[in-house]
Amino acid sequence: MPIIFVPSLMQKLCNGEQKLLIEGTNLRQVIDNLDLQYTGFKDRLVEDGKIKPNISVAVDGEITPLGMIQKVDTNSEIHFLPAISGG
Amino acid sequence: MTTKTHVQTTINGEPVDFLCEPRQSLLECLRDVVGLTGTKEGCNDGNCGACTVKLDGRIVTSCLVLGVEAQGADIETIEGVAEGTNLHPLQLAFLENAALQCGICTPGFIVSAKSLLDQNPNPTEHEIRFWLANNLCRCTGYDKIVRAVQDAAKKMQEAS
Amino acid sequence: MTSSDSTDYKVLGTRPIRHDGADKVTGRAIYGPDFDTAGLLHGKILRSPHAHARIISIDTSEAEALDGVMAVVTGADWPNNSNGTSMVEDGTGTEIESNSNWLRENLLAGDKVLYAGHAIAGVAAASPHVAEEALALIEVKYEVLEPVLTIQEAMAKNAPILHEGLTTQELGEDSGVVSNTADHFQHTKGNIEKGFEAADVVVEREYNTVMVHQGYIEPHNGTALWNTDGRLHVWCSTQGSFVVRDSLSDLLDIPVSQIRVTPTEIGGGFGGKIPIYVEPVAALLSKKTGSPVKIVMSRKEVFEGSGPTAGSNIKIKLGAKSDGTITAAHAWMAMEAGGYPGSPVGAAAQCVFAAYDIENALVDGYDVVVNKPKTAPYRAPGAPNAAFGMEQAMNELAEMLQMDPIDLRLKNVATEGTRRVDGPTFRRIGAKEVLETMRDHPHYQAAKTEGHGRGIAIGFWFNIGFDSACNIAVNSDGSINLTEGSTDIGGSRTSIAMHAAEVLGIPVEDVRPSVVDTDTIGFTAVTGGSRTTFATGWAAYEAAQDVKKQSIERAASIWDVDSDTLNMEDGVIKSKTDSELKMTFKELASQMSDTGGGITGRASVNPKGVGGSFAGNMVDVSVDDETGKVTIERFTCVQDVGKAIHPSYVEGQMQGGSAQGIGWALNEEYFMNDQGNMANSSLLDYRMPTSLDLPMIDTAIVEVANPGHPFGVRGVGEANIVPPTPAIANAVSDATGNIMTQLPLTPGAVLDSGK
Repeated sequence: MPIIFVPSLMQKLCNGEQKLLIEGTNLRQVIDNLDLQYTGFKDRLVEDGKIKPNISVAVDGEITPLGMIQKVDTNSEIHFLPAISGG
Repeated sequence: MTTKTHVQTTINGEPVDFLCEPRQSLLECLRDVVGLTGTKEGCNDGNCGACTVKLDGRIVTSCLVLGVEAQGADIETIEGVAEGTNLHPLQLAFLENAALQCGICTPGFIVSAKSLLDQNPNPTEHEIRFWLANNLCRCTGYDKIVRAVQDAAKKMQEAS
Repeated sequence: MTSSDSTDYKVLGTRPIRHDGADKVTGRAIYGPDFDTAGLLHGKILRSPHAHARIISIDTSEAEALDGVMAVVTGADWPNNSNGTSMVEDGTGTEIESNSNWLRENLLAGDKVLYAGHAIAGVAAASPHVAEEALALIEVKYEVLEPVLTIQEAMAKNAPILHEGLTTQELGEDSGVVSNTADHFQHTKGNIEKGFEAADVVVEREYNTVMVHQGYIEPHNGTALWNTDGRLHVWCSTQGSFVVRDSLSDLLDIPVSQIRVTPTEIGGGFGGKIPIYVEPVAALLSKKTGSPVKIVMSRKEVFEGSGPTAGSNIKIKLGAKSDGTITAAHAWMAMEAGGYPGSPVGAAAQCVFAAYDIENALVDGYDVVVNKPKTAPYRAPGAPNAAFGMEQAMNELAEMLQMDPIDLRLKNVATEGTRRVDGPTFRRIGAKEVLETMRDHPHYQAAKTEGHGRGIAIGFWFNIGFDSACNIAVNSDGSINLTEGSTDIGGSRTSIAMHAAEVLGIPVEDVRPSVVDTDTIGFTAVTGGSRTTFATGWAAYEAAQDVKKQSIERAASIWDVDSDTLNMEDGVIKSKTDSELKMTFKELASQMSDTGGGITGRASVNPKGVGGSFAGNMVDVSVDDETGKVTIERFTCVQDVGKAIHPSYVEGQMQGGSAQGIGWALNEEYFMNDQGNMANSSLLDYRMPTSLDLPMIDTAIVEVANPGHPFGVRGVGEANIVPPTPAIANAVSDATGNIMTQLPLTPGAVLDSGK
């Protein structure tokens, strides 16, 4: 299952867990399943069906421009990062 | 609207007359009135050297000269550096040494450097750096510009 | 030069003369301010003298009555539709949320001005002088408010608030607290308490830097014609013509199909010409007058009304074992966004520990608004600020451990597979190779001159990918016309053309590269983020592959053979089985029209496989005991660029970034008075390095191929500005024995550091 690295500022949503194994073959599925398990993640990450503009997602070490349709593998690593802004 | 003054000059060897307002700088006259936009404006207060031209044998920042002061003057600009389709050795050296990146400061540097080599055909690195210290370049760190001037000096001496 | 790539290239790695060279050394190249067209009007912009004030009223009637004045616009002329947010590409190529109202208010103020230099009104007139006279006739009534000028003031309890509606965001969560802190985020790795417990030595220090400017020589400029058919055409110097188009669409509320942006030649940018400033004001004035309107900023406006990079307050704490292994690292960093949210603190936080493999780390970042110009990207935004602290702390640690500073770095260096503090793991990177090249370099091996100080530092920048497009049309003489959308800020036409020449096996002189407007090429992101040679080069590579494939197919149809039996190498198409069958690309080109018509290739890419770049500096300085003046005696820049496509321009990037870093270290600063007015907004007083201030800048190109790019390219533009400020500070510390905790290292600051 893809592994989510939970940012420290979001860990209170999942009882302090730092990493979570969540089912899914693309980012949309993973976030939906994450929210089923720990309510509130989707609210923090998604707005109007898209990743919030001030958050970026890295899959396997690379920031993805594809957002919710980014495919993930069974052993993909997923990171939620603050979008690099202003720079 | 202010009354305009008739100014007679020689620019790059050709007689050029233009009309200018008393408040217009030579830089504005060259660019906006005569249409020679190779001379650039970077600061309009004499500190960047992008507008360097030769005026009666001396290099000046043309933003600090009034157009009306140019009456009777002999002016050389970047447009007059190449001879026909033949680039000046400095222009060639700038290209061969990659001495420009964005290129906005390049006309000023070439006009300044030409005036240096006219007076001192074999300048030291320090003399080149000292002479060009009124021309700011923000892209290159000057390394390749200094080398281009050294290269041009060498080639011009070999040719003469 | 070290190279991990032995591929035998014909074009890559050579040093051809740039295609736009002749125009640029003869003054023929047309830059934004050179643009002219019939009936052109000239615009000027009125700017606030106050750093923080409420606008009570604006009376433009006298200005409008002046002879020669054609129109005046203010913030009231923005279309009245905006509440939402919009997506704007920032300097790293990332799409970021931007409040449309904030964007508009920054370009023509709403009910408040947030920095001295904030634009308030635009005037179009027959001449720039008349427009300037008209500015003096506009009467603005202000209620002056207390300015907030430092991070500390802005974050203090009971600080005056810049934006009544601004609340602190924490990674998707709105704290609801009204504040000057727009954003807070955090990266954690391991357990920092345990890490410090395990340390034998600890270094802890606070570092401050101030706002500095990119300092491009050509001021911001733009000409707009709002035509009678409703289409807006803009000519301007920009790092991204599509960014200008999309921003204008958003600000002016017209579809992108109604806007055409023609990029002129550009006189420097370094990130500062990614955002737009004068273009929409010129557009509004053109709409009112029906004439084309050109606006060119003065140098004072460039300093006060464009986007410098942030000042910062950074605390670094490092713990290490006696063998040099870093056990814990903590960074607290707050950066000035300027009048509106959006400092480069996000990137700074991701770069601060990037060079090292650290088990336990914590980074807190804060984006803080202050009454200064809204910051904009500047070459590796945020990373130099971070490195100024981190790389000095590393040297202090080396001193405590009595280790060589390069050895300490090598002991902890990040390599492929290292998990960064912000989470993701590195792919193949060249940090180790950069450090080894430094260690073995003649500069580092040479004995220090008596009395000189020596410093070293390294730095990281991500680089980016994003969209690029390229079209290639084959001419009947076997040359190709290559069109692309990346404005050429330092020779990129040629490095991009070299990609196509390499693929097709033709001389680069047979490629005619053109940078074209937004009606003529597919979407192409900014010339920034060190992406141009990487991504647009990649598009040229793909478009050339397209041409190559079609050429082989054409030859196959001429010879009536299967195209699989043919290949094309060094510009010759030949059969793998029949040595009689061969034809040069030139010969094929001459037959195109009789054999099926012209051949054109095309590609649009959004490449993955971006490779980050590390750069390192070695610097020797002398310090005048009496005056405190620092002189750079010797300077070497080492950088992993992946593959140097055109080594001369790669060296040029390394030297240019070094020179900007030297200016940042020694001289440059926004010197503000206590009312928030910039006291040094000229190129005399804002002291950028001249040729006399610098030595030759030695370069060593390291080539650790980026496995993500067909030719191994990483990108070279930015990482080189990261190490100079700490390397120089370390050198000054070495010479004086004092730690340098703030920039710039002016003579006074250096003298005071001993007290």
